[in-house]
Amino acid sequence: MATTTGRLTARLGAVGLLGTRRRRGAQERADARLGMLLAAPAVVTIFLIAVIPLAQTIQDSLFQISLKFENAPRPFVGLDNYQLVLGDESWFNSLRITGLVAGASVAAELVLGMVIALLINRSFRGRGIVRASVLVPWALTTVVSAKMWAWIYDGRYGVFNDLLMRLGVIDQPIIFLVRPEVTIWAMIAAEIWKTTPFMALLLLAGLQLIPHELYEAAALDGASRWQALWRVTLPMLKPTILVALLFRTIDAVRMFDLPRVLTNGGPGKSTETVVLYTYNTFFTALNFGYGSTLAVMIFLIVVFVSFIYIKVLGAPTQGARR
Amino acid sequence: MTFRASTVSAHALPGAVASRRERRRLFEGLGFHAFVVAFVVFCLAPFVWTLLTSLKGPATIFEVPIRYLPAPADLVNYRDIFGLDRFRWALVNSIIVASSATSISLVIGALCAYAIARLNFPFKNLLLALVLAIAMFPGIAIIGPLFREFNAWGLTNNYLALILPNVTFTLPICIWTLTAFFSELPSELEESARVDGCTRLQAFYKITVPLSAPGVFTAAILLFIQAWNEFLFARTFMSQPNRLTATVAIAQFEGADIAAQYPWGQITAASIVITLPLVVLVLLFQRRIISGLTAGAVKG
Repeated sequence: MATTTGRLTARLGAVGLLGTRRRRGAQERADARLGMLLAAPAVVTIFLIAVIPLAQTIQDSLFQISLKFENAPRPFVGLDNYQLVLGDESWFNSLRITGLVAGASVAAELVLGMVIALLINRSFRGRGIVRASVLVPWALTTVVSAKMWAWIYDGRYGVFNDLLMRLGVIDQPIIFLVRPEVTIWAMIAAEIWKTTPFMALLLLAGLQLIPHELYEAAALDGASRWQALWRVTLPMLKPTILVALLFRTIDAVRMFDLPRVLTNGGPGKSTETVVLYTYNTFFTALNFGYGSTLAVMIFLIVVFVSFIYIKVLGAPTQGARR
Repeated sequence: MTFRASTVSAHALPGAVASRRERRRLFEGLGFHAFVVAFVVFCLAPFVWTLLTSLKGPATIFEVPIRYLPAPADLVNYRDIFGLDRFRWALVNSIIVASSATSISLVIGALCAYAIARLNFPFKNLLLALVLAIAMFPGIAIIGPLFREFNAWGLTNNYLALILPNVTFTLPICIWTLTAFFSELPSELEESARVDGCTRLQAFYKITVPLSAPGVFTAAILLFIQAWNEFLFARTFMSQPNRLTATVAIAQFEGADIAAQYPWGQITAASIVITLPLVVLVLLFQRRIISGLTAGAVKG
């Protein structure tokens, strides 16, 4: 195989020498044309399903559109909807909740994921089992995960209460999904369970790229393990950490499946995230004008968050995936 | 100095030091393995609990205090859900939507990834930025217009209404995974094919496509999982009971008998059925999935 490739390269070299400048120019133009042609289907799809509808949403946000009645008038209202957002207590409530859920879950995921990654960053027996089990929460459908946790948290028959009572932590079962101050943490815990393992996996992949020589050099210079962690590991891992944080934060802002299925935003509006509130504005209140305004706000939040990360990070051409 | 002192003491009491060090290593080893076991339990316990619940009959599910193991195991919940028209349809719908979206996304994404990996063309950086933007795009920002357009075109309750958004939002992963894969294939192979008279496109589908089968396969698994798990669009664009996907069916599950107690047995059984394909994929191809998932993140 190696020799074949070598021969081919030699042959190509010869061909390259024979090629004239003009031919190379024509080749470049042909490549450019082909490149754009090959990218076209993807670009067209993205425009049809994302870019054009986004423009439509922005346009809708300037109108008053109710789908409650077939032929209701749809007057242009300019920026009135945006003015409404500024005074909308439900919006700010959902914003606070999204911020709390995103902040708490992403921070916990990062710390836990880091500890796990550092600890399993070595070869040991059964590593395959660990890697496979890490992928189970990640691959699991969020809706299924939400149902699972609803069952685990169940006030009367839930296994979580049962365990806590057997361990003597509580005497009476807690009805997790009825008390707002408990429910939101129950939801955050479910989110952390689903995403921490994957965070650990990403960080582990980053750890494995750090050259051993750096640690050897640090040890020679008399650095303790703790110093090596702060002076070598974390700086080297920074790009990976930032990419992981970027995508996890954005996922948390976009969170919909978990609150929709686990609590449906309740009790009251205590777990209503921005996307859930917007969704209800669209499809329960059938208020497509104001819903579009909220959707534009969410889009702007995502742009803002990614802008900040990318400023720190430099634009990533590729990214961490859910 | 420290070194000196420790050698001296090691000389003085060789047995004691060695055994202390050994004991410490043993404890560290035990602690490490305890941690690994705890972590695996943390990852798997909720899923295992769901599996155990799904194997219990109605009497044992609602027992206080809880009996952990189903004794005897009972498949009644599985019989019940497969007896439901809606659930059978949900599985069929999910399979159709996820596999169509995966195949279309693979074709479109492979062409685009090949262009990114191999060719210089104008607006390439803009294209990369667009792909990144789609990866971060909030679906809610387009759901209103899509809902109204699909209604206007008679696409609600049509598979296309789910396949199209799924194709779009799986494209970033598809393009990233395949670009990474194409870049690693030596371009000499293709170039020599072209020297032998192939066009670029012929070289692509005669040389690159067959060689990149493993990469395409990895991408296919990732895309399928993403499309299979999609909920927002599926919930919005499908309303007829026999058009729901599995995620929506689970979310709205009411059980065979609506009057009965909340049907946790059937829900857990349905959950197991719709996640089992994913868990099996993950267990079989964990190495591939991890390399596909993390390649972009750590190199980018």
